Amino acid sequence: MKTIKTCVTALISALLVFSPVAYADKWSDQFPHIKTTGDIPGECSYESMSKKDYSGKTLKINTHAVPVMGEPTALHAEQFAKLTGAKVDVTHTPAGDLYAKAMVPFQAGQAPYDIVFGFSNFINDWRRYLEPVPKKYVEMKQMQDVTPSHIGVASWDGVMYQFPVDGDRHYLKYRKDVIDNPEYQKKYKADTGKELRVPQTWKEYGEMAAYFNDWDWDGDGEKEYGSAEVMKKDDLMYAAFYSRSAAYSKNPKTPGGFFFDLDTMTPLINNPGFVEALTDWVAATKYVPPGGINFGLGDEIGSFGGGQTLFSFSWDDAFVAAMQPDSPINNKVGAAQLPGAMKVWNRKSNSWDEGFNQAPFFVWGWAVGVAKKSKEKEMAFDYLCFFANEANHQADIGIGRFGVNPFRNDDFKAEVWTQIGWDKDIAESYVDTLAKMEESKNRVFPLRVPGTFEFNAALATAAAKALAGQLSPQAALDEAAKQWNDILNRVGKDNVKKAYSVGVAMEDNKL
Amino acid sequence: MNFKHKFVFLFPGLFVLIGILIFPIIFTIRLSLSGWNSYTPEMNFIGITNYIRLFTDDPRFWESFFRLSFLSVTTVILQYVIGFALALMVWREIKFKRFFRVIFLIPMMTTPVIMTVIWRTFFHESLGPVNDLLGNLGVKPILWLSDPVIAKFTVIIVEVWQWTPFMFLLLLAGLLSLPKEPFLAAAIDGASPFRKFVYVTFPLMAPISIGAIIIRLIEASKIMDTVFVLTSGGPGTATETSSFYIYIKGLREFQMGYAATLSFTYLVIMIISLTIIAKVLTKLMIKE
Repeated sequence: MKTIKTCVTALISALLVFSPVAYADKWSDQFPHIKTTGDIPGECSYESMSKKDYSGKTLKINTHAVPVMGEPTALHAEQFAKLTGAKVDVTHTPAGDLYAKAMVPFQAGQAPYDIVFGFSNFINDWRRYLEPVPKKYVEMKQMQDVTPSHIGVASWDGVMYQFPVDGDRHYLKYRKDVIDNPEYQKKYKADTGKELRVPQTWKEYGEMAAYFNDWDWDGDGEKEYGSAEVMKKDDLMYAAFYSRSAAYSKNPKTPGGFFFDLDTMTPLINNPGFVEALTDWVAATKYVPPGGINFGLGDEIGSFGGGQTLFSFSWDDAFVAAMQPDSPINNKVGAAQLPGAMKVWNRKSNSWDEGFNQAPFFVWGWAVGVAKKSKEKEMAFDYLCFFANEANHQADIGIGRFGVNPFRNDDFKAEVWTQIGWDKDIAESYVDTLAKMEESKNRVFPLRVPGTFEFNAALATAAAKALAGQLSPQAALDEAAKQWNDILNRVGKDNVKKAYSVGVAMEDNKL
Repeated sequence: MNFKHKFVFLFPGLFVLIGILIFPIIFTIRLSLSGWNSYTPEMNFIGITNYIRLFTDDPRFWESFFRLSFLSVTTVILQYVIGFALALMVWREIKFKRFFRVIFLIPMMTTPVIMTVIWRTFFHESLGPVNDLLGNLGVKPILWLSDPVIAKFTVIIVEVWQWTPFMFLLLLAGLLSLPKEPFLAAAIDGASPFRKFVYVTFPLMAPISIGAIIIRLIEASKIMDTVFVLTSGGPGTATETSSFYIYIKGLREFQMGYAATLSFTYLVIMIISLTIIAKVLTKLMIKE
């Protein structure tokens, strides 16, 4: 009996000493942000950071406005300061100015910020001014869990310049309480002769969105609408357009470029695949909420997350916001891959290939790097490593407004999401959607070439003209293609081609 | 007597002038002859390539310029008419005159960006109170910000609301400084209020009116914050103005060289146009 008691006591003592829960109690008392998991041991955990001493040093960070990415930056800066004694100054900048705010001092050879936040597709313009992520961080355990796609997004020619803190992709979000509702399924069938299901193609998406537009289908006394989309020029609308175009234009039979033909560097954005997508999008202006043509990302998150629309597609934020406990549509939403198309343009044969095609879009996400001219590089990388440590990451991804989305293999486990209150089937459909995108062999990655901003802005302006009825889809995209050629001539075809070949290799599954 | 030392006293002013006016203009001209952008961050020399691009291959700039002209002229005319009417109203002996004078000035005292955010919320097509109110009256939702034509008028409404008080203030100051004798003479002659306005008040106010209109035209031609916050130049490019377009080229797309070309060209055009407008207004409004 005494032996059993001794064994049990020893076992309990061992558990208390070695279990992460012991750390959890210690650190989550001081830092309630990680109350769900507590500290998780690792090279950049709370415990590890508390052993560093950066007293008397100042870390300067330029990040996005609050809340998206700005709030977690500030929160982790405060935690980092408490743990290490460092002084951390955080500057918040609107999304549209992040690029210039870093570029101006970069080009002038100054480093007013040790850490700069931006978009992952800035990498080509920024990499010459950024310090590559040191080997010790690249090889550490928390980095080993980052998915290969997101390692690729953060790296250039095998060198990691951006510290992974976020993973982004576009996918479909829908109202599960409508699409899975047997009464609505019956009514839709009776009225249209078609099945009400998670839309498989953009045409189905449009038909369902138009059907569920401008009437009160959830009985809350307010009208609901078909779809919320990012249609506002200069507010990331080009990304939404690429998402709609991928199914029509990313043909697995014709590798060698989605945006350009890599051999000739001819812009492909005015081919019939893109025109078809823009034609669909122009039709979508009829089933978005009033004023939807001016929706930026924040409006889209608010509209879908607030229960105003049946569908939406863009980053994770709207979905996570919709799944938060205080959301009116908590546990009423579903996730699925972006719709596909029943035909895809074949640029080699110059004709449509009939048959189902789908292509996930690994859109740009939040990215962050350390300035090459920074005098506090070690502290800067420690901060980033701490920002993305496992405990912080798990807490951050459950808060929609933070803009921190899954990019680690562990994130694709349903338990991560059920433990923060998601229904099991929703959590499973969510992680399944993300995992399938990772597995796809027909992916589209964002354009990451010199002058990315110019290319995307030209495309966005043309698409916006089509949405506003100023130009037809074909005329708008012809205008964009002409501008892309002008930009190519200014930047240098070879420069763009060299950079673009890296993205194409990723799309063609060669990296 | 040697007065050469007096030039020493001019140096501080000269330095300031060079620092804040001459140097930026010369730098802008030099920048406009370079191809500085995100991928060639240097002050290289590309001659007049940027100017050729502007005059032969950039219809968007010229569209934005003509749009700006329409918006500036329309808003300033409306501000002048409304501002003059309000100034005339409180110029007379009416009850709560001081109260009204302060009330009319409030829009000008608010921060334009913040007020535009509030206007954007008002005009939000699905969530804003304006359409909600109209809906209660049986009016269908108006696409305040997403119809290419209506969006221009929305910008005009916000601009007129914000800056009419400025016009009101200048014109009221002008009215208060007018001599009393011409009005007494008109009263003795039995002139009606309308004739008094047409033949006495308006001519006497002409110099002040021209000054106020020119000041407001200069300000209105720089319209940027209202467009930036309210519509971002959209839908499409329907409300894009010159300054907003220059901002996009310079600080969004980082085409610094080309943005400098646009800025300098815009400056030259504005100097010429405003000089002509001032001459024309003087000729039309001031009779010898």
